[in-house]
Amino acid sequence: MKPAEYYMRDRLHHPPAKSENYKTSVTRSPQYALLSLENSLSEITGPVFSHSDIDPLDNDLLKNYSHSGDPIGERIIVHGRVLDENARPVPNTLVEIWQANAGGRYRHKKDTYLAPIDPNFGGCGRTMTDQDGYYYFRTVKPGAYPWRNWVNNWRPAHIHFSIFGAAFAQRLITQLYFEGDPLITKCPIVQTVPDADAIDQLVAKLDMNASVPLDSIAYRFDIVLRGRRSTLFENRLEGN
Amino acid sequence: MKYLKETPSQTAGPYVHIGLAPRAAGFDIFKQELGWDIAGPNAKGERIRVEGCVYDGTGAPIKDVLIEAWQANADGHYAHPEDGRGVEDGFRGWGRVITDFDTGLWGFDTIKPGATPGRNGTTQAPHINLWIVARGINLGLNTRMYFDDCDNSDDPVLNLIEQAHRRQTLIATRSEGDKGVTYRFDIRIQGQDETVFLDI
Ligand SMILES: [Fe+2]
Repeated sequence: MKPAEYYMRDRLHHPPAKSENYKTSVTRSPQYALLSLENSLSEITGPVFSHSDIDPLDNDLLKNYSHSGDPIGERIIVHGRVLDENARPVPNTLVEIWQANAGGRYRHKKDTYLAPIDPNFGGCGRTMTDQDGYYYFRTVKPGAYPWRNWVNNWRPAHIHFSIFGAAFAQRLITQLYFEGDPLITKCPIVQTVPDADAIDQLVAKLDMNASVPLDSIAYRFDIVLRGRRSTLFENRLEGN
Repeated sequence: MKYLKETPSQTAGPYVHIGLAPRAAGFDIFKQELGWDIAGPNAKGERIRVEGCVYDGTGAPIKDVLIEAWQANADGHYAHPEDGRGVEDGFRGWGRVITDFDTGLWGFDTIKPGATPGRNGTTQAPHINLWIVARGINLGLNTRMYFDDCDNSDDPVLNLIEQAHRRQTLIATRSEGDKGVTYRFDIRIQGQDETVFLDI
């Protein structure tokens, strides 16, 4: 394949760097304008992963930290496709997730919330998409948890997602929320995203058909990475 | 033509370490930790260490940041099919690092990359592409690290920076000691000496 540029990232669709209501962003946001670059080889390339980098059980959070049984909580399936803006699947890309347990507690030394650690739940997983861009995780539904921002802020139940794509320009971290959660509209982090349709892209939908009867409820979460033009760079890259 | 919209970004949050660098965060869950070995055992070129701190707008070190690095090998080739010129066996060119939770210092070992092709027949001076995420960063920040002992004068990206003195924020400082060659690269997220960040 010959190099082609990625579509400009629509920064109006993403949260601004500084969001007053998400206090930590106030001192962690650049003041000066970003320098916008046309893609070079440095941006249209990115790390390549293979199935040998991960373990087959890594996508099963019910089992990947199980010591004396399954973790406590509502058993769920989270699945979907990674697509680009042209609606083409993004195959063989690494998807990583991390989340709190059913009580809203992370297995992290900085998390001191009252809810207990679950001895059978690690809270992270990873997988590679297949040829159709499809991915699948099994886990428990995370609990809401309080966080220091305003005095009574609660994060809606969420799962953190990291997606690579095929190029460093496509790299993305985001969060999945669950359909119907009343905390979504109250969360200053969710509300950093300026547009209601954009927020809706972060909300996984109940998927009864993919649920396993008497076992697990499924949620569908499709992820869209930047797309690319079909035309080539104007000039050939040196050495290509 | 109907296009989809990119999924909006959300902050990596305070617990990114267990998700992306569990072993480095003291959490043993996966058989293989990804991103701790950028160059692999067979890479040619100069072995270097890169170290620095990320500072917030008040000048305090950010102690919960995660940084990913993406770089070419010593010949300036990326380990990616769209480069296609080939790299040493085991060279991935990608790594990720978290900071010391007490000091905010981060560091990784790699090899010094070579110059890479730029657009329109130009050549980009050797550089490491960096991506920075943390609690309070709503959309990952991209920047580049260049080397103070290289000739950066014709680099097409550095030369796009209008205020010439700000180019300095992308150039790491070399030192040589008992432990070998170290480049220091501090990143200032906000303020007077703010690092130049890139919209790539
Ligand atoms: Fe979280």
